[in-house]
Amino acid sequence: MTSAGFSRLKEHPVALWAGVALIAVALLVLPFALAAVGTAWVRIMNLAILFALLSLGLNIVVGYAGLLDLGYIAFYGVGAYTYALLASPQFNIHLPFWIILPIGALVACFFGVLLGVPTLKLRGDYLAIVTLGFGEIVRIFFNNLSQPVNITNGPQGISRIDPFRLGGFSFNQSETFAGLTFSGPVKYYYLLLLVLLAVIVINVRLQDSRIGRAWQAIREDEVAAGAMGINTAHVKLLAFAMGASFGGVAGGIFAAIQGFISPESFVLVESIMVLSMVVLGGMGNIWGVIVGALLLSFVPEILRYTVDPLQRLLFGKSFVEPEVIRMLLFGLALMLMMLFRPAGLWPSKVRQRELTES
Amino acid sequence: MTALLEAKNIGKRFGGLEALTDITLSIARGDIYGLIGPNGAGKTTFFNVLTGFYAADRGSFLLDGAPLSVTSTHAVAAAGIARTFQNIRLFENMTALENVMVGRHVRTQAGVVGAILRTRSTRNEERAIHERAHYLLDYVGIAGRQHTLAHSLPYGDQRRLEIARALATAPKLLALDEPAAGMNATETATLKLLLERIRADGTTILLIEHDVKLVMGLCDRVAVLDYGRKIAEGVPAAVQRDAAVIEAYLGGAIA
Repeated sequence: MTSAGFSRLKEHPVALWAGVALIAVALLVLPFALAAVGTAWVRIMNLAILFALLSLGLNIVVGYAGLLDLGYIAFYGVGAYTYALLASPQFNIHLPFWIILPIGALVACFFGVLLGVPTLKLRGDYLAIVTLGFGEIVRIFFNNLSQPVNITNGPQGISRIDPFRLGGFSFNQSETFAGLTFSGPVKYYYLLLLVLLAVIVINVRLQDSRIGRAWQAIREDEVAAGAMGINTAHVKLLAFAMGASFGGVAGGIFAAIQGFISPESFVLVESIMVLSMVVLGGMGNIWGVIVGALLLSFVPEILRYTVDPLQRLLFGKSFVEPEVIRMLLFGLALMLMMLFRPAGLWPSKVRQRELTES
Repeated sequence: MTALLEAKNIGKRFGGLEALTDITLSIARGDIYGLIGPNGAGKTTFFNVLTGFYAADRGSFLLDGAPLSVTSTHAVAAAGIARTFQNIRLFENMTALENVMVGRHVRTQAGVVGAILRTRSTRNEERAIHERAHYLLDYVGIAGRQHTLAHSLPYGDQRRLEIARALATAPKLLALDEPAAGMNATETATLKLLLERIRADGTTILLIEHDVKLVMGLCDRVAVLDYGRKIAEGVPAAVQRDAAVIEAYLGGAIA
C-alpha cells in the first residue's frame, strides 16, 4: 500500500479496521489452510517468518543506518547456539525459553557491539568485507569449539534441543482444542506471528524517533550528522546492537523449532540470502522487507515441489534439479530487479529518491 | 564585554604547509565576527580546527570562559558551536522539517527504550522537537517548505535551511562558512537581515565570507587571514584601510 493510499484509508476508519480485521482473520486461518496442503508448508511458513524477523533486524543496520553487513547470520547463529547450550543435554542445562531468549538477545547484542567497535570508521565495501569475515569467524568457532573443551559439539551440531515449554504446555505437541487440532508447527506459527508483530511495532517506532532520524542522518551525510552533534559512533553501535539482538531472538526460536542446529545453518550464503530479502523487498521499508523475506522463502520451496513433476510431465524425465533452477532463477530475479526496480519491490520512499534522483 | 570564544595560538600544519600560524583572536558575546582573507588563507581550516574536524597542532580554545575540548565534532556541537558548510551539506533526502529535527538531537535525550515504548516523556520531547523545528523554519523564512526534500529546495533556501538546522542545536556560537556564496543580491540582502536578527536574539556569529560589502556592513569586528597568519583585526572601517590587508588583497606596490 502506498502511503497516499494509506492516508486515504485513514479517512475511512471503518474501511481501515475492516481491512485490518480481514488480514488478522486470514493470518489466523492461514496455518490450517497450509496444513491442508501439507504439514511441511506450515514449517516452511514458520521458517519464512523467521527470515522475516532476520530481515527486519538487518533492515535496521542496512536500511536505516546504511551500514552494509554481510555477516548478519552470525547473530542468528549466536542466538541459536545460546539457546541450544542452555536448553539441551549438551551441558544438561534446561532453562525455560523466556529466560534464554532475552539472554540470547543480549549475547547477540554483545557480539553486535564487538563487530561494531572496530568497524566504526569503515564504510561501504570495506565494512562489507570485515562483516563478511566476522560472519565466517563466528561460524568457524561453532565448527571448532569442540576441543579442547567440547562446547559446540563441532560439525555434528547440537541435537535434542528443548522445544518451548510453558508449564505443562509444550510447543511441539499436538493438542486438540474446541474440535481443532493444533499441531506443533501451528503453535509455533502463532508464537512467531506474535513476535513478528512485536518486531514490526519496534521497527516502526524506532524509525519514527530521535534515534531513527539520527540513523537516517548518518546514512545521508555522516560528516554533517557529526557536526550537528550526533555521536556517530554511538548511533552506529546502537544500530549494530539492535539489529544483532533481533537476530539473536530469531536464532533462539529457530533452535527450538528445529530441535537441532549445526554450523551448516549459519554459512555465508544465508547472510547473503537475508541481505537479498532486504534489498529485493525494498531497503528501509518494513513492509517491503517482509514481502522480500516471504517471497525468497516460498518461491524456492514451490519450485522444489513443481520443477521435477513439471519436467516429467513435459519430457518424461527430469533434466534439471530444482536446486539448480533455484539458483538460476534467483540470479535472474536479482538482475531483473537491479534493472527495473533498483530500489526494491516495495521501496521506502527515501531510498527510492536516493536511487532514482541522485 | 566578555569574550564568548577565545582562540589562543592556534597552529595547524599539513605536511610542509603551515595552514595556520599562531592565530589568536577573541570573539565578543553578541557580536558578528567576520573572518576574511584571500583564497587559501586558512579561513576554512580555522573553522575545521574549531569544530573538531581537524586536530590543532598547537593552541587552545576557551568557550564561555571554559576550555573547549575539541575531541570530536559532536562534542563541539554539544558544547555550543554549530556550523554550516561552504559547500552545503544537508541531509538531502530528508524533508526540510526533518533536517531541522535532526539538529535537535544533541539537546534531547530519548533513547531506544523510550522510542519503543513511546513513553510520555518521549512523546512530549517529540512534540517539543516538532514545535521547535517549525518555529526555526519560520524564523529563517522557509516555513512553507517544511515538507520539501532538502535537495529540491532552491539554493538560497538550502542555505537558510542549513542555518535553521544549526540553530536547532541551540548554539552559543553560530559558525557560518560563506553563507552568501552563490547568492544573488536579493538573497544576500535577506540573508543579512536574518543574520542581524540572529544577533539581536542573542546568538554570537562567526562568519567567513568573501562578499566584502556584506562583511563590512554586517560585522562588528573583522579579522583578516593571509597565508595562515592573522594580519589585521579590528572594526571593519579600520581593517579596510589597513595597509597589510590592501597588500594581501591587491598585491604589493610595484617597486
